[in-house]
Amino acid sequence: MRFPRGVTVTVGLLLLAASPASPQSVLRIGLNDDPDALDPTISRAYVGRLVFAAFCDKLFDVTPDLKIVPQLATGYQWAPDHRSLQIALRPGVKFHDGEPLDAEAVRFNIERHLSTPGSFRKSEIGEVKSVDVVNALTVRLNLSQPLVPLLAALTDRAGMMVSPKAARALGDKLGTRPVCAGPYRFVERVAQGRIVGERFADYWDKASIHIDRVEFVPITDSTARLASLRSGDLQMMERVSPTDLAEVRADSRLKVVGVPELGYQMIPLNVNNGPRGKLLGADARVRQAIDLAIDRETLIKTVFNGEYIAGNQFVSPASPYYNARLPVRARDVARARQLLREAGQPNLTFTLIVPPERDRQEVAQIIQAMLAEAGITLNLQTQENVTMLQNGRKGDFDAYFTFWSGRPDPDGNVFSFSTCNGAQNDSHYCNADVDALLTRARQVAEPAERKRLYDQATEVMLRDLPRLILWHRRVFTGYSGRLQGFTPHPDGIIRLRGLRLS
Amino acid sequence: MTVYIARRLTVLVPTLLVVSALIFSLQQLLPGDPALALAGEEHDPAAVAAIRHRYHLDEPVVVQYGLWLARVVRGDFGESLRNRIPVAELLAAKLPVTLELAVASMLIALAIGIPAGVVSAARQGTPLDLAANLVALSGLSVPHFWLGIMLILLFAVRLGWLPASGYVPPWEDLRRNLTTILMPAVVLGTGVAGVMMRHTRAAMLQTLHADYVRTARAKSVPERLVVLKHALRNALIPVITLGAIEFGRLLSGAVLTEQIFAIPGFGKLLVDGVFNRDYAVVQGVVLVSAGLYVLLNLLADVLYFVANPRLRGAT
Repeated sequence: MRFPRGVTVTVGLLLLAASPASPQSVLRIGLNDDPDALDPTISRAYVGRLVFAAFCDKLFDVTPDLKIVPQLATGYQWAPDHRSLQIALRPGVKFHDGEPLDAEAVRFNIERHLSTPGSFRKSEIGEVKSVDVVNALTVRLNLSQPLVPLLAALTDRAGMMVSPKAARALGDKLGTRPVCAGPYRFVERVAQGRIVGERFADYWDKASIHIDRVEFVPITDSTARLASLRSGDLQMMERVSPTDLAEVRADSRLKVVGVPELGYQMIPLNVNNGPRGKLLGADARVRQAIDLAIDRETLIKTVFNGEYIAGNQFVSPASPYYNARLPVRARDVARARQLLREAGQPNLTFTLIVPPERDRQEVAQIIQAMLAEAGITLNLQTQENVTMLQNGRKGDFDAYFTFWSGRPDPDGNVFSFSTCNGAQNDSHYCNADVDALLTRARQVAEPAERKRLYDQATEVMLRDLPRLILWHRRVFTGYSGRLQGFTPHPDGIIRLRGLRLS
Repeated sequence: MTVYIARRLTVLVPTLLVVSALIFSLQQLLPGDPALALAGEEHDPAAVAAIRHRYHLDEPVVVQYGLWLARVVRGDFGESLRNRIPVAELLAAKLPVTLELAVASMLIALAIGIPAGVVSAARQGTPLDLAANLVALSGLSVPHFWLGIMLILLFAVRLGWLPASGYVPPWEDLRRNLTTILMPAVVLGTGVAGVMMRHTRAAMLQTLHADYVRTARAKSVPERLVVLKHALRNALIPVITLGAIEFGRLLSGAVLTEQIFAIPGFGKLLVDGVFNRDYAVVQGVVLVSAGLYVLLNLLADVLYFVANPRLRGAT
């Protein structure tokens, strides 16, 4: 059989055109889970933030030591009464659809966060009452009351800017096709399969983007994820489990780095949420006894190979806001027994709700044994995460085992948990002094003054103990030795600027 | 025959209705509010209420089911609560993946299971029979996740011959597609091969002792022909039924295998859907899987006619 010459030539030319002149560099990042909608306004899952880092730049970013630095902005200025924040924007920034990122676009985005039904940003920046366009590259956010942590909120999803034109065109479907101003342009998403981005030619900082294409691959099974990294199918993976660290470290082709996380693992205790609040809520000495009976260091050594950090406050000991005068107390069983006797509950029995994950179950069993030595009977009840959180909300619990992923500003780690009307205060803890201190800390900008306020609040909360903070994880990122220029951040988000593949 | 097929197809609609109603009510028994599941650690009550409203979760269950059904009849499967991707789009993206994996696994299962079953029946009691049984039982009893991880560690990590994960569609890169599908297909296929082998062996043993086989032997038909033509063809009927059931099972998604090899198929979609209380997704997957299952059973029945001439003209 013979092909006409024309056909042969055309096919040949097509093949030539299809094969790129130089091979594209591709960075494949393994995720623990498949992200939710990729719309900064309605996004909830932590894992989504890793993906946003490729597509959506933010007004501000945080450095590894948690300093707030401009990204899409170039600077900011608080009004003396902290009731308005003026932001100067970077000139010449374009969205992926070529639209300019100007003051109008910022106003559109902030208003979108505030007005979209189901927005999860409203609770973060709800104090913004209006946005003024001062000039083409300056906006002013006017607040109903001073809110210094607003700036930190703008380093996360609330500060991500989407193209107003695309948002209007796509409406509530923007999350399936994000159009932002980040280093990579969204190409496609295969749910549970991969999310692909291609280098954006008009990126404002294109000189620091060296990799052509980025792919996020969710692999839920941690062993399989690690195997993919070792086989070279992935070049990076987020959140390496402490039990896998030895294997990664033993592989000379891989690197792993870990930094203390912003969040914490905790056990909220029911102090006043419905009738079940009476058991542990009546007397703070009961809660102190529980706290004293737990040996955090042993927990970490046994379950997490000693890779995590014992904690007792809403920020980790690595944070400048940690109250160093109140470190983690050593275990004291005798004192715990004495406190229980004083409180008239020498045979305390209560129930801890535990989600089914293996490491949590192990921790809970060890805590059970530790409490038993202080004469406390701890019943363990396994509940799937959603059910547990729902019971937490309803007050159908004595204690449950959960965590908080953490925020760069300390306010995000404490305000909604520990103020009387806090949205996440399942314990229904209410102390007027703590309320006043935490509210005041939102209104002052000087770090030293804020630290003083948080130190005082910590002192009261460690006495009242409405929740037991147990430890802080280290966020471990594993990556191929071929990858250079990676700097880990405490939020665990992988910044793609400056990364190179050799 | 055509009448028969048409009659069977009309049963499809009520079957799917019953299945969907069942799944819908079973999902209501799952503890945990879908809106809260969706919110994760974010707890803004207004946002949670907005989610409830958007997906009619604040309506009575019957109304929710009615709304869903009314949309499905018009071909709209709704959208995923979690990522807002239309369910129809999710299904369309995952069906070819699951189909490919199922076909590849089935081919492996047939290629191993039937010859092994035939050989072990024809050589009953010999070491060959024992060996085939051993292989079949291992295929059946080795957990998929273990075999999967072992294969990855050997072929991807140590030898570097095959990719450990990352499915690529065949129209994008056929070679890579085949290499990514190979290990999961082997994991699933060997499991099914065990079942196939056991059933083929049992059916073969039965037919090999039947009168017509004795007659054939008496007529001094060569043993090869006796086994492969006279016995196997009749023994295949129960195997076809089994094959259809196993294939249906593969099509409803292989959760663990998909999870380990990061294959974006039905199984992963379904499990994530259940965990996230993503009702629309679960409903969509179950509906399509159930439909395929019914169709496969029909196909098996049609194959009976082909394999067994005695049935022709019966209906």
